[in-house]
Amino acid sequence: MPSLWIKNARVIDPANKRDAVGELFVKNGLIVDSLSAAEKKKAKVIDADGLVACPGLVDIHVHFREPGQTHKENIATGSHCAAAGGFTTVVCMPNTSPPASNTGTIQFIKDAIKRDAVVKVLPTGCITVDMKGEKLASIGSLAKAGVVAITDDGDCVQSNELMRRACEYAKMFDLPLMDHCQDHSMTVGAVMNEGEVSARLGLRGWPNAAEDLIVARNIILATYTGAHIHLQHISSANSVELIRRAKSRGVSISAEATPHHIALTDDCIETYDPKFKMNPPLRTAADRDAIIEGLRDGSIDIVATDHAPHTDYEKDQEFDYAPNGILGLETSLAVTLDVLVRKHRFRLPKVIDLMTRKPAELMKLPAGTLSVGAAADICLFDPKEEWTYDAKAGFSKSSNSPWHGETLRGRVKTTIVDGKVIYDGKTVKKRG
Amino acid sequence: MSWNRRHLLTLEELSLDELNQIHSTATAFKKILTRSVKKVPALRGKTIVNLFLEPSTRTRMAFDMAAKRLSADVISLDAKTSSTTKGESLRDTAQNIEALQADMIVVRHSAPGSPLYLSKILGIPVINAGDGAHEHPTQGLLDTFTMRERIGDLKGRRVVILGDILYSRVARSNIQALIKFGADVTLCGPSTLVPHRFESFGVKVSHNLREALHDAEVVMLLRIQHERQNAGMFPSIGEYTSMFGLNQERAAWLHPDAIIMHPGPINRGVEIDSELADGPRSVILDQVTNGIAVRMAVLYLCSGGQPEYVTSSAA
Ligand SMILES: [Zn+2]
Repeated sequence: MPSLWIKNARVIDPANKRDAVGELFVKNGLIVDSLSAAEKKKAKVIDADGLVACPGLVDIHVHFREPGQTHKENIATGSHCAAAGGFTTVVCMPNTSPPASNTGTIQFIKDAIKRDAVVKVLPTGCITVDMKGEKLASIGSLAKAGVVAITDDGDCVQSNELMRRACEYAKMFDLPLMDHCQDHSMTVGAVMNEGEVSARLGLRGWPNAAEDLIVARNIILATYTGAHIHLQHISSANSVELIRRAKSRGVSISAEATPHHIALTDDCIETYDPKFKMNPPLRTAADRDAIIEGLRDGSIDIVATDHAPHTDYEKDQEFDYAPNGILGLETSLAVTLDVLVRKHRFRLPKVIDLMTRKPAELMKLPAGTLSVGAAADICLFDPKEEWTYDAKAGFSKSSNSPWHGETLRGRVKTTIVDGKVIYDGKTVKKRG
Repeated sequence: MSWNRRHLLTLEELSLDELNQIHSTATAFKKILTRSVKKVPALRGKTIVNLFLEPSTRTRMAFDMAAKRLSADVISLDAKTSSTTKGESLRDTAQNIEALQADMIVVRHSAPGSPLYLSKILGIPVINAGDGAHEHPTQGLLDTFTMRERIGDLKGRRVVILGDILYSRVARSNIQALIKFGADVTLCGPSTLVPHRFESFGVKVSHNLREALHDAEVVMLLRIQHERQNAGMFPSIGEYTSMFGLNQERAAWLHPDAIIMHPGPINRGVEIDSELADGPRSVILDQVTNGIAVRMAVLYLCSGGQPEYVTSSAA
């Protein structure tokens, strides 16, 4: 493998408080201080003039649908999407078919990752057996098998007692819990945010109170048990406030926001287009703004995509019947830059931090940094380039994206994993 | 005056002028209904498909009758006969209907927005006969038609819609039309079924029946379903009736000339006392008759007919 010499990039590495135009050197798949004159001569040179070089992006919330629903996505295509989006490490959710609640399924997923993934894909396991919310999965064995967290994402553990025991038990293995916060009793048949728009459209509403209640429950359980609970895809202003106050008391919780919840509102559903149907649903402008403020002041820790592929024919239905979820990996950086940097004046290094160092730190992953000695996982992007996203020409097996056909600004040019260029702005290099 | 729409999906999207065009066309068709030969050749040779994926007797019969009065051929498909129960998608079902050379489709579906979805897929006119809790435009048209027939201009007139507003497509379509006609609309019922966010439509919300009914010239009752009680929306049918049921005593709070409406089917003794439903203030059966005239107008206009033609020929 040739060494790499990246020149003239604006290197942004929040982990090392670095933000300056300079050089990056890679040798044997690792970041190094410099290369010798001889090594420089043989190195592959990348002129990154006008580009930002940052740690490969980290997404701790993706759905790759393998095993069981590989017509939507599989670990190969999901990892290609990640590469094209500048991501070098992703954490995949266990709501596969069967759900990843035993070590056999985890081993199957790990084999597929080893064989097919072009970026670092890390599995999670379920909290409860088959995500039924009835009894604890073999969390200890899952930990041993290498899951980085446990979650029933897509679903939410409804029993407070069971969730409490999951916290206590998982803490023994220092395993974080991730929770999709939704009180099912309040969301029966719900397909969008409950509010003025749902009242007009006649669609069944999902009140933000159903999220807030579980957020509050999880704050209470994290306080009581000392376990770390990560609150997935927060969508409501009240939740942000609950988290803010809990954090000020030092409770061991963290939270994520998706690009779609900071970019879009329930007004988008006006034409009943299922490409705007997700769970939790898009909420009001006030909720959206509160989440952005949460990201600004640290109440919300990170950005995660909740990349959720579904085929065209599954999404092409009555709004009530279409499945929840949208693609996210290939548009995440551009959308997040647009909302946070351009519209809300976040500093670029802050946004990079939300997408690299912080998510890696939350899940204790060896990623999200350009420190000397770290794996050379690097993303090069042009923060200004405008491009039109064609989801059908993208790397996913699916194309369910609200940004299909939209012009976005900020484009990934190169993705490097362990010192190897796996995405060059056009194609993904398959493994082997 | 000219009609430029192919579909009738919602009353929200119609202008006041368009509402008036439908009503004046319906007035002309209503005259035809009183003749000994109640049929005109307006849609002769056209085939209308009634796709009723949610059970309905009244609306389907009225559409059926309206189409036949216009000399159209009608085919009715319900949830049992359509392939959607065999797992066929709505897109495939609709495209089959179009491939069978239907000229127009009337759709009733439990999923809000499904008529809009069909209108994007199909090249033929789509008429919404009720989409979930969203809209039921022909009901809103026939209700406002009946009100105008009885009390005249609706501008500034006090109209109360009483009952399960949250889940009611009838309420939503009526609200949209009444607002455009300038009526002063109050929604009344238990707070669980009549949330204050409906004020965003430009109507009043009240949970005090006496205040709401005071001096109202129209009260429209909506059917109360046991299903809502089971879902915990109110404690019991008995309590609903004791709080919001319309009886003789409460009807006295209305304006002396007030009319009582109900889209049917009625729960006698629940939302309305029997003697009121059958009494002189009730226009419930007029609503049924007007439903045919209004639907004839909608089918006629959306298939390319023009209001002037029928208003002059029926005169
Ligand atoms: Zn989720």
